[in-house]
Amino acid sequence: MILINCPYCGEREQSEFTNGGEAHVVRPKDPDSLSDKEWGQYVFFRSNPKGIFYERWVHTHGCKKWFNAVRDTSTDTILKIYKLSDRRPEISEFQTTLKSPSGEPIVGSGNFAVKK
Amino acid sequence: MWESPDPKKGYDVIIVGGGGHGLGTAYYLAKEHGFKNIAVIEKGWLGGGNTGRNTTIIRSNYLWNESAHLYDHSVKLWENLSEDLNFNMMFSQRGVMNLAHNEHDIKEMKRRISANRLNGLDTKWLDAKEIKELVPIMNTENLRYPVLGAAFQPRGGVARHDAVAWGYALRSNEMGVDIIQNCEVKSIKTDNYKVEGVETSKGLIKASKVAIVASGHTSVLAQTAGVRLPLQSRPLQALVSEPIKPVINTVVMSNAVHAYVSQSDKGELVIGAGTDGYNSFTQRGGYDVIEETVRAIVELYPIFGKMKMLRQWGGIVDICPDASPIISKCEVKGLYFNCGWGTGGFKATPGSANVFAHTIAKDEPHKINEAFNLERFSDGRLIDEHGAAAVAH
Repeated sequence: MILINCPYCGEREQSEFTNGGEAHVVRPKDPDSLSDKEWGQYVFFRSNPKGIFYERWVHTHGCKKWFNAVRDTSTDTILKIYKLSDRRPEISEFQTTLKSPSGEPIVGSGNFAVKK
Repeated sequence: MWESPDPKKGYDVIIVGGGGHGLGTAYYLAKEHGFKNIAVIEKGWLGGGNTGRNTTIIRSNYLWNESAHLYDHSVKLWENLSEDLNFNMMFSQRGVMNLAHNEHDIKEMKRRISANRLNGLDTKWLDAKEIKELVPIMNTENLRYPVLGAAFQPRGGVARHDAVAWGYALRSNEMGVDIIQNCEVKSIKTDNYKVEGVETSKGLIKASKVAIVASGHTSVLAQTAGVRLPLQSRPLQALVSEPIKPVINTVVMSNAVHAYVSQSDKGELVIGAGTDGYNSFTQRGGYDVIEETVRAIVELYPIFGKMKMLRQWGGIVDICPDASPIISKCEVKGLYFNCGWGTGGFKATPGSANVFAHTIAKDEPHKINEAFNLERFSDGRLIDEHGAAAVAH
């Protein structure tokens, strides 16, 4: 299990938290003007990168506050945690070791990318 | 054994992903649609992804007509697959039981049974006494959520996961399909919304039709062609125990307490856990997910309380918003997707491969997979199978 450093309570086990999916998804300003396709994109389509992912968490079994995190989904390493009021960190702030879509070596499969 | 050739410069069809679904697609393309110049490209070894990581449960008791037709098409193919491929699938129709633990479960399951029967499926209701006769070791009364009944599909069961990949690989290779292992597809090459081939770790391979069947990594590959898919990738875990004498001769699943178990022919208990609550590609899940499942298993079957678990593993599943798969063309000409199987793709292997091969060959969906298109996420015709998917997402 990964540990998450709640900006309000400190480091706790992941099972205390609930993941809220991709962060920084903006509700369209004028929903009435959207086509069905655009609305579908907003409702159902989310980024699913192998690598750097901006996501939301809520400390369900704690302070119940929401916050954002940047996590490398290939290793589950949490790179940054920031409050909702903080500015979104640039992707260039983080280093990714992924060289290919699978992030795996040329030969072989499986647990190249493992949790620390 | 199948051959391991070097890739040619180009093919008529390239299938990305050498699991059961991908190899099966190659098999049906060669057998039913006359394609001979096909390559299956796999980044690891055959069946080393989710084909080798699932709990091998096969059933078709899904709620909606579209799903019932798709999954039962698969069960029907399973029933003759050993003969068709001349390779023992060890397909065992020992029945699949879904337990009800509360009033809501009972109502939902009875509704599903009625829907199943209208679609000609063999699902039926069992009361607690009948369950006890089939599975004497189950504790139905003395637990937090007592067992009140179950939906039972006798035609359901299990099969040997490796055999599916190997059987399809052998027979498609005999028909001239190139199976290229240890070759990773890095990106999909397109030109003006038309597919040109794939860039791999063994160089560029050209094709006018490319089919992606890469489970958890499908959306990552799709992105290289500029296609966005409504998928989220998460680890799903399973575990097996030390082998013991036969104690359970059917498959028992419980949605409410989240435990499902069957016994393999070697005698190991095969136990399925849930998905982690966050996106990840690590092929490992959190320990708390395993703990929750084991807790429920021990309560349901006190006899397993002191057993040792031999190993535990995770696979990356691609989950769709409506818990139904996508077997579809897309806006890029010649690019096809078979993905979004989430936590329950193994059961569908032959059926999925069969209709996907049709979709690729004819450039239009088979009647059975017509509804499983990408457009449903904008026109609203979702096929919501969260109730029948049986694994918590």
